[in-house]
Formats: sequence, structure tokens, C-alpha cells
Amino acid sequence: MNVLSSIPHIVSLVIFLPAVGALLALVVPGDNGVKWTALVTTVITFLLSLGLYAGFDPSASTAEAPQLMEHLNWFPGVNVSYFVGVDGLNLLLAMLTTLLGPIIILSSWTYIGKQIRGYYSLMLLLQTGVLGVFLSFDLVLFYVFFEITLIPMYFIIGIWGGENRVYAALKFVLYTLVGSLLMLVGVLWLGFAAGDAVNGGVFTADWYQLVSYGVPLGAQGWLFFLFLLAFAIKVPLFPFHTWLPDAHVQAPTGGSVVLAGVLLKMGTYGLIRFTIPFFPNAAQQFAPLLAVLAVIGIIYGALVAFAQEDAKKLIAYSSVSHLGFVVLGLFAMTTEAVQGAMFQMVNHGISTGALFLLVGMLYERRHTREMSDFGGLAKSVPVLTFFMMLTVFASAGLPGLNGFVGEFLILIGSWKSSMFNGSLVILATTGVILAAVYLLWMVYRTFFGELTHEENRTMKDLNFRELGLLIPLAVLMVWLGLGPAPFLDKSEAAVRSILEITQVKAEAVEAAADQPDAIVRVPLRWPDAVAATQ
Amino acid sequence: MHYAIRTMQLALNWYLSLSAILFVIGVLGVLVRRNAIVIFLSIELMLNAANLALVAFSQTFADVNGQVLVFFVMSVAAAEAAVGLAIIIALFRNKETVNVDEISLFRG
Amino acid sequence: MSTSVLLILLLPLALSAFNGLMGLFVPAYRKNEWLIGGLGTLAVAIPFALTVRLFLGFHGEPEVASYFTWIAAGDLRIEFAYRIDQLSLVMTLIVTGVGALIHLYSIGYMHGDSGYWRFFPYLNLFIFAMLNLVLAENLLVLFLGWEGVGLCSYLLIGFWYTDLKNSAAANKAFIVNRIGDFAFLLALFIIFAVVTEKTDGAFGFDFTTLLAPETLGLFGAGTLMAVALLFFVGATGKSAQIPLFVWLPDAMAGPTPVSALIHAATMVTSGLYLLARLSPMVLMAPTAMTIIAIVGAMTAIMAATIAITQNDIKRVLAYSTVSQLGYMFLAAGVGAYFVAIFHVMTHAFFKACLFLGSGSVIHGMHEVQHELEHKGLLGSHGATIEDDPLKTVDLPYDGDFDAQDMRTMGGLKRFMPVTRWTFLIATLAIAGIPPLAGFFSKDEILFKAFELGYNGQIWGYIVWIVGVATAVLTAIYMTRAYLLTFEGTPRWPDAMDSQPHESPWTMTVPLVVLAALSVVGGFVGLPAVLGGSKIHHFLVHDGRGPVAAPHHELHVPVSIEWGLLFLGMAIAAAGVLFAWFVIRWGSRGPEADTSIRRFFGPLYGTFSRKYSVDELYQKVIVNPVVNGARRVFAPFDQNAVDGAVNGVAKLVQDIALRLRGVQTGVVQHYALAFVFGVAVVLALMLLR
Repeated sequence: MNVLSSIPHIVSLVIFLPAVGALLALVVPGDNGVKWTALVTTVITFLLSLGLYAGFDPSASTAEAPQLMEHLNWFPGVNVSYFVGVDGLNLLLAMLTTLLGPIIILSSWTYIGKQIRGYYSLMLLLQTGVLGVFLSFDLVLFYVFFEITLIPMYFIIGIWGGENRVYAALKFVLYTLVGSLLMLVGVLWLGFAAGDAVNGGVFTADWYQLVSYGVPLGAQGWLFFLFLLAFAIKVPLFPFHTWLPDAHVQAPTGGSVVLAGVLLKMGTYGLIRFTIPFFPNAAQQFAPLLAVLAVIGIIYGALVAFAQEDAKKLIAYSSVSHLGFVVLGLFAMTTEAVQGAMFQMVNHGISTGALFLLVGMLYERRHTREMSDFGGLAKSVPVLTFFMMLTVFASAGLPGLNGFVGEFLILIGSWKSSMFNGSLVILATTGVILAAVYLLWMVYRTFFGELTHEENRTMKDLNFRELGLLIPLAVLMVWLGLGPAPFLDKSEAAVRSILEITQVKAEAVEAAADQPDAIVRVPLRWPDAVAATQ
Repeated sequence: MHYAIRTMQLALNWYLSLSAILFVIGVLGVLVRRNAIVIFLSIELMLNAANLALVAFSQTFADVNGQVLVFFVMSVAAAEAAVGLAIIIALFRNKETVNVDEISLFRG
Repeated sequence: MSTSVLLILLLPLALSAFNGLMGLFVPAYRKNEWLIGGLGTLAVAIPFALTVRLFLGFHGEPEVASYFTWIAAGDLRIEFAYRIDQLSLVMTLIVTGVGALIHLYSIGYMHGDSGYWRFFPYLNLFIFAMLNLVLAENLLVLFLGWEGVGLCSYLLIGFWYTDLKNSAAANKAFIVNRIGDFAFLLALFIIFAVVTEKTDGAFGFDFTTLLAPETLGLFGAGTLMAVALLFFVGATGKSAQIPLFVWLPDAMAGPTPVSALIHAATMVTSGLYLLARLSPMVLMAPTAMTIIAIVGAMTAIMAATIAITQNDIKRVLAYSTVSQLGYMFLAAGVGAYFVAIFHVMTHAFFKACLFLGSGSVIHGMHEVQHELEHKGLLGSHGATIEDDPLKTVDLPYDGDFDAQDMRTMGGLKRFMPVTRWTFLIATLAIAGIPPLAGFFSKDEILFKAFELGYNGQIWGYIVWIVGVATAVLTAIYMTRAYLLTFEGTPRWPDAMDSQPHESPWTMTVPLVVLAALSVVGGFVGLPAVLGGSKIHHFLVHDGRGPVAAPHHELHVPVSIEWGLLFLGMAIAAAGVLFAWFVIRWGSRGPEADTSIRRFFGPLYGTFSRKYSVDELYQKVIVNPVVNGARRVFAPFDQNAVDGAVNGVAKLVQDIALRLRGVQTGVVQHYALAFVFGVAVVLALMLLR
């Protein structure tokens, strides 16, 4: 493992290897060649990313510095650079992305029947985009990657999707684009303002400079909302969630997995990486509002999920509910809650990813997702049923499986938080009951009872490829459920540090509120890290 | 010396006038003709009007940059001719016409 | 010790995983019934032996074994740590001992079932979860077991999943339990916030810290009461008390060994265990204690009155369990936690025996049913055949043949002697006939309630009276169940030829062992006047043990103590004799119910409708949520929220439609506009 982490430019390798694979997939001969190229690329990427994990030092003394960092000037004259690295906030998300890579490729093996070359290339390109989002420490670079992810996803839904695919694809792209373009305005404003204050008058997009700069109170409000909107749509936070069910239902299985597994996490990641530490006063001021929206999302998402007839739509709404927990935890701004939220992002990727895989497998067999077309499947496909039950209970937050750890930390940290009222947490906790209601209802309708449809009687159980997809996820559900401490440890110091910066900066900006010309600059605890970026 | 400059200035005006006339003919051709090939020829006319002006300036101010630029324009024009004619041929194959009035796929 | 604990915990888990995965992936493995059942039984029997060894080597001081860190974030640090002390030893002995017997029983009971290979892994997993619950050193590991047993309960209630009714019962059990868990979680949040706010360093809910006087001193009286009540609500879910008891009767949809193990002997007592474990904390919240006692008493009498009207043998036992659990909460509420645990133990013996006995009966009646079907006397699904008058059979009630309905039984003592005797012993034990186990534990509970009343707290008398009334009812309905099943003459069709047989040894051995335990189990808890309670001394350990007792000493004259003892005997005997010789369920069969019906008058209807609690919940909670989700929220999402999004898109589209005329598609128009543009710009530049 340590051999891996000493590979030079390993972060860039991890980011761009899938893109290289995408190009290769365009030229290698034969459909199988394309598939194998994609698979091998993603597997190698995953193995390389183990080097990130191995090379990462989670100790508190390095919490604020990016590790394995690479820094190249990109736009001379302004401080916009190719600046990537690993820290406690992005490590596990990057790992999740590379882990899901091969799984997504394998899940598409027989599902995708047309234009195979294009599909796999786009999937690989998408992976580069997502990895870039997570691993960037430059706001402009982040923004570029953030937008790059839209294009492959648009085609994946629009070409390989269901009956109503074009509508869903267009909705997805336009909705997300509205948010991110508004954010671009914010990026520019912030870059110039921070440049004036801390970079000798030159525009800067360096995360370390931006995070050390205290935006004046007057500007924080609207900048906060510009940054918030982009991420809230991506998360998606109630009431900006309606693109999600459409996109999920229409997307092919692989698309749904990548969407639920990692694309949504770009939103929550953006909140904790940028929105909260950049605009701490506004974040604290509006935390109650965000918490209310999150709690509405938890309960509302669960209730709407319960009312669905389409299994995939049910899972899509369950994402709204689950990510409500994450947003609640982030805005609680206590170490426990934010740690829980970070962990829950990974959990949700694993368990919801697995749920979409399983529904996809059912769809491949029966070409329907209506729950009323199934029933009694436990008899004909016991292995699939086993994995479904495991995933459902992981998703419902059963202790011993991964979902519980995240939800518990979020809720206990939110209860402790002074950001919003405890009654909100009580309401959020009812989400635990509701999750059991809709998920067990789905299992009840799909897997139990008599086999009422003749086609279901002869349904084939999982083959080796499908087992290969699900077993790693199942193992992780148990592993992360029983032994989450080493993983939590990876992000602990970084979370503490970002919360501390947020708090210190909020106080400094508050203190400087009556001096309009004062420039607030929070010294980072390890200025070496900042110096290294310049 | 004085005379020489004067003739050259005179010459420059002549060149520029010719260039302007050619350019206006080109513009009018593009605007009023319906045949795609004629429109295309008119565009070439405008390009050459610009070339003429460039050469004239180059000669007048003894600056070789103008000449160089003309070469660029000519090569771009050649490329453009190839692409443009290809498009026209493709259009003709599809539509059996080169009348631009009948080609309005972009109508909103 | 730490290796033993590890083995005790991991054996059931490992064999659950082994049998389960082998069965799942290697279909041929499923046929090895003896291997699967034997391994499954050993996975509980060996931990039992290990626990006995631990028990014998136990010296009175609690030991904690910590293995690794589970969750650590911020101020929270949860260890996977287990605790051996008096309380956890008693509970582990019950769980593994009764558990091993029930595993053995299941080998015979589940023989030939197509889901045999799933059954033992589920049971083993349950044992693992239950052991986590009782051995946990902190509340979060306890919660892991707490939800784990809920999961296994769900899996086992819905074991025969092809009948959706069973799966619905499983869903109901899990979701109702989740409501309790919700309260449990809130209690954890409050504790965490209070402790971390007032102390430095990490906190991990470990009992050693949490129950230390200095930690308990951090809580205000109101907070403490809230925490105690929230834990109690959690306990009402798991232990089927008002208001969350509704799932337990439905849970009888699972196979009978499951009802015996999970829904009588072990899981349903975990609420009690929780309160006993937290007794130092709960004792500091007197109002919460009063509420617990009253809820317990209400549940006890309510369930007893329902039990007397039921005809399904397992449902009688289910309501009886709810009622007995009410007794235990009553005991906890009056501060007698050690008595509650004592009753947990005796109840585990006789109720497991009763359930297994009923399982044996059902096993026999299934035999009858198959024979009747074979003879064509019943339709293939047990329905009577109506078109052939010769083959029409008479059932003593409307509907299909039901192997669990006591009205079709009667006179089984001739065919199943072992089952009959063990069932009778357990019945007398639960009725409270001395010197069987139930007498001592029940008597002690009632005594403790009386003691409280005698010392000035009037509500003590009230719960005592309710307890006495419940005791009478218990004796009556249990005797009724015994008489209807085993005495009198057979009432099933074709009884002369179609006869049940005694169950195999794997089923009768556990019955005999449990019946024996029901006889002698009570002697560990003799009342003070008869020499004092060993289990009391063991658990309380002079105030240093895990189970706390109220600090103030209560005193009742010895004469009254003797009087209560005889009163207890008298009411139990009266109940049994009344049912046997006055109402005569044995000789009169189900007819005799009319006497009871007449006695209770209109109340009987309320009892037999189970106080309409299910209907009430359906109306007040389930329907609003379901209809709200389907008729309000889902359409709202579609029309209002998504409608707004699509509305914006539509608006843009409308504007665009109006502007589209500008785009003629004629390139020359564009070029003209372009030239004009250039002209305008040039003009502006030149005229400036």
C-alpha cells in the first residue's frame, strides 16, 4: 500500500486515469474490448486510490494541509491553479467514487445494449469529473469539474434511459445548471474580493486563501445563497428535489448508481467544503432555516416514498429523506454531527447504490419496476432477496450495519448543537421510523406472498457477475457498521479544524462588523500549507 | 521624394476605394442573391477586398506584416471554400436546390 | 473471562453465518436437517456451558471485557465492551439455557419444513443479538442487541412469507418496535447532551460511568424523569406494554418455537432488563416509577381479560405473556427490580414450557389435519367440502379447520401424555399454585406492591388490587386453556380414526426439562418469612450489585406477610378450582364460555374485541399517514413542487414562443441585421 502512495502524482493519476480509459475505449476494437478497457481502467483506478488511503495521515497536526498535493499554475497572472490533493474531507468520498467505478461498469455489462462504446467512455469521463470535484483545492478548477460532470450524465440519461429519458435528462441539466451558474457569479465575486484582501489585489481561487478570508457581513448573505442554491439543488434539498425522481427513474442502472452514489454527494460536499466555512456568519444565521428544510425533506421524502408504486421512484425519494439527514448534520456544526454527515455520505452511496443495483437487476429480468408486478420473489430468487434485505436494513439504519452509525452521529450531534431547536431533531428522528415503514413496505410487496405472476416463478437468481457486484457492497455495509472507527478517524481532525475555522472566522467577522474597511483574515493554524500553495 | 509620397498616397486611396467597392458588392451579393453559390462567391469577394486593402497598406507603410496576413486569409479562404462547397454539395444532395430561400431549417 | 465472553457471543453468530450462507448458496446443504439443527443447537448449548462456568467462578465483582472501538467522533467514544455481573449472568443463563432447549425442540418441530435451513440461522442470530443486549457494557451495544432482536423477530414472525398475513404481522412488529426505539434514541441524545456539556472528555454510555452517583448527579430531576420515561416507552415497545403491545398477539404468526423463545422467554423481557440495568437511574425518578407501575398493572389486567376470550391457543398464551410482562413492570414500578428479574426467570421457564407444549399440540393437530385432508374430509386448504353431504364435517365454529383453535381440540391427554403433564405443571405454575415457580415470583411482586401501600403510598394498594384481580383471571384462563385442550372428549371431525400422536423426543425432552424448572425454579426466591430470597441477595448484593433497591426500608408485620402468602395461595387455588369444577370447561367444552360471557355481560364483547385498540390505531395513526402520503403528499409533490419547476420552464418556453418569429431561418435576414449592426456601431464610433 505504501508503495502505491509513493507513486509520483498519484492524485492526478487517480483523477485522469479514467479519462485516459475513456479515450482508449473509443479506439479499442470490439464491444468486449470496450467493456474490458472500462473495467480494467476502473479497477486500476480503485487500486491506485488505495494509495491515497494508505498515504493519508489523519493526525491533527496535518488537518489543514492537503496531502499528496500537486500544484501547477494554470492561469498566469491570477491565482488560479491546478491544485489537487487529499484531506480528511475528501478522502473517503474519493474512495467511494473509485470503488463504485468498477461496480457501475459491471452493472452495465448486459444492461446496456446500444452504442456501447459511447456509454462506457462517458461513464469513465464522468468518473474523472467526480474525482476532480472531490480532489480540487482550487475553486475554479472545482467549478470546471463540477460542470464537466453534467455532460456525460446528460447523455447517459438521454441516450440509454427509459421512455421519458429526454425530458428527465433536460430537466436534470437545466435545473443543476441554473444553480451552478449563479454560483459562478459568487465564485467571481469572492475571488476578486479575497484577492483584494489577501492576495495583493489579484484574483484568487485558492481554497486556502479563500477560507482564510472573512467575507464582510453585508456580502455574506447573498453569497451564501448563491453558493447554497447550487449545492442544495445537487443534494437535493427540499424543495429543489423534483429533478431527482425523474432522473433516477429514467436513468439506466449504472446512471442511477453513479447519480445516487456520488453525484449527490458533490452537493453535500460542496456545503461543508465551501458554503459553510466561506460564509460562517450567514451559515450560522440560516442554519435553523436549513435544518427546517432538511427535516421537511426527511419526513416528506419518506412519506412520498411510501406512496410510490414504482420501486425505483421509491428509492429516489428515500434519497431525499436520507440526504436530509446529511444536511441537518452539516448545519448542526458540531463535530459529532458533521462527522456523522461525512460518514453518512459514504453510507448512502453504498446502500442506495446497492438498492439501485438490485432494482436494476429486477428490471433486467422483468422489464418493469412496478412493485405490483412482483410479489413472492423470495421463493424464486432467494439470493437476491437476501441482498435486498441486507441493504434495506442497512438503509433503514439498523445498528450493526453502516446506516446506523451515520444517522446516530448526526442526530446525537444535532441534539447537542446550539444551532437549532431540539424539537427539529425529534422530528428528524421520526425519520428512523418512517424509513422502516417505506422500505419494509417495498420488501413486503415485492418479495413476500405467493408468486402471483407466472414470469416471476421462473426468474433466474443472481449470476456470478451480479454476485461480484453486490458482495463488496454487502461486506462494506457490515464492515462500516461494526468497525467504522478507523474510517471516522480519517476525517475527524479535518472536521474539527473546519468547524474551528468556521467558528473563529464568524467571531472575527462579527467583531469587525462596525469597521467597514477592516479586512478579516483568519490565520490558519499551519501557514506552511498556505505558503506552499503560492 | 515629395512627389513620390504623393503618388503613393494617391495610389493608396485608389486601392482603398476599389477595395470598398468590391466589399460593398460582396455585401450586397450576400444580402440579395438567392443562389448559395453566388452568395459564396460574394463572400470570397469580400475576403479579397480585405486582402487588397491589406496589400495596399503593406506597400504604403513598407510593413511586411500585411502581406503575411494576406497569405493567412488566402489559406483560410481556401479551407473555407472547401468546407463551404462541401456543405453546398451536401445540401444539394438533400434538398435538390441551392436556393437559400428554400433552406430555412433554423426557422424558430 | 474475556475469551469466554467472546466465545459465548461469537459461536451463535459464526454458526448462524455458516448455516445461513451455506444454505443460501449451496441448495444441497439444505437437506442436512440434522447437521443444520445440531450445529444450531450446539451454537447455543456451548455458550450455555461456558456461562455456567462463568457463573460458578463468579466472585461478586463485575468484570468488563473491552474489545475494540466501535464509534468514535467528537466527544462520543463507544467501545465494543461487555460486562459480566450478577444481572447479565442471570439473563445469559436464561437466554442460552432456555434457548438451547428451544433449539433442540425446533429440530423436531421444524422437521420437513422447506425453510428449515433458514430457521436455525435466524434463531442463532437472535441468540447473538440477545446476548449483546444482556451482556452489553454500554447503552449503544445494548441498542445493537435491542434492534438486532427486533430484526430477528421480524424475520421469524414473517418466516412463512408466502402468506402475506405473516409478513404483515412481521412489519407491524418491526415498526411498532421502532416507535419504541425512537424513544430509546431520544433518551440517549438527552443523556449525551447532559453528560458532555457538564464533563470533559469522551463519553461512551458505559454503565460504569453512567450509573455512577456523580454522573447521575449531573441530571436535573425533570431531565431524569424524561430520560426514565423515554426508556420506559422504549421498553413498552419491546416488552409489549400499553400503548405498544399490539404487535405481540400478531407475532404468533411465527413458528411456535419462535413464540416460545422470542415472544415469551427472552426478547420481550428485554424491556425489563433495560429498566433493571438502569435501576439506579430510574429509582431517582419517582414519578416515572409510579407511571411504570400503573401502566404495568393496566396492561396486566387488560391482557388477562382479553386472554379469557380467545380461542386460538397461541393467542391465549400471547395475551398471557403481555399480562405477565405487565406484572414485571408493576414490580419494576414499585421498586422491586430484583423481583421483576426473578419473575422474568420463572416466566421464562413456565411460559416457554406452555408455548412448546402448545407447539406440540399444534404439531399433533396438524397430523390430524393432514389425515383428514387425505381422507377427503377437508378441502386441500382445510376448507370444509359442502357439495358432498356425506363428507361434510362438523366443526364447532364457522370457518376452516384450524390446528390452533382450542375448540377443535379436547381430550388430547390420551394421545399426548408427556405434553399434557408438562402443560399442566406449567399451567399450575403460572396460575400460582405453591410450591411451583410462578407462586413465589408472583407473590413477591404482589407483596412488594402491598408493602408500598402499607407504608403510605396509596397507589401501591391500587396496583396490588389490580394485581390480585389479574392473578385470579390468570388462574382461570390458563386452566381454561388446559381443560379445553387436554380434557373432555375430542371435538375434531372423525376423532375415532384420525388421531394425533405424541411428539418426538427432541420435542418432549425440552418440555420435561422446562416443566421441572417450573417446579423448582421458584426456590431461589423464597419470601422472607420462608428464609429469604437467594436471587435477591445475588442481584442486589447489599447495594453493590447491578440491581438497585429503594434506599428507604419498608416494613410490614410478619403476620400480614404470612396472611398475604396464604391469600396468594387461596386466590390461585380458587381460580383453578372455579374453572375446573364450577365452569367445567373440561366436560362442557367451549359451551362453558357462555357462563363467563354471562358473568361479564357487555364487557365480554369489549374483551373479545381486544378493546378495539388495533382499530383505534388504524383509524388515528395508520390511516392518516397512509392516506396523507398517497392523497396529499405524493400529489402535492407532483403538482405543486414539481409543478412550480415545470411552471418556470413553461414560462420561459412561452416567452421564447413569442420571440421565435424573429428567427426566420433565412440566412440573408441575419446577414442584413448584421450589416445594420455594423453600420450602427460604425456610426456611433464616427459620430462620437
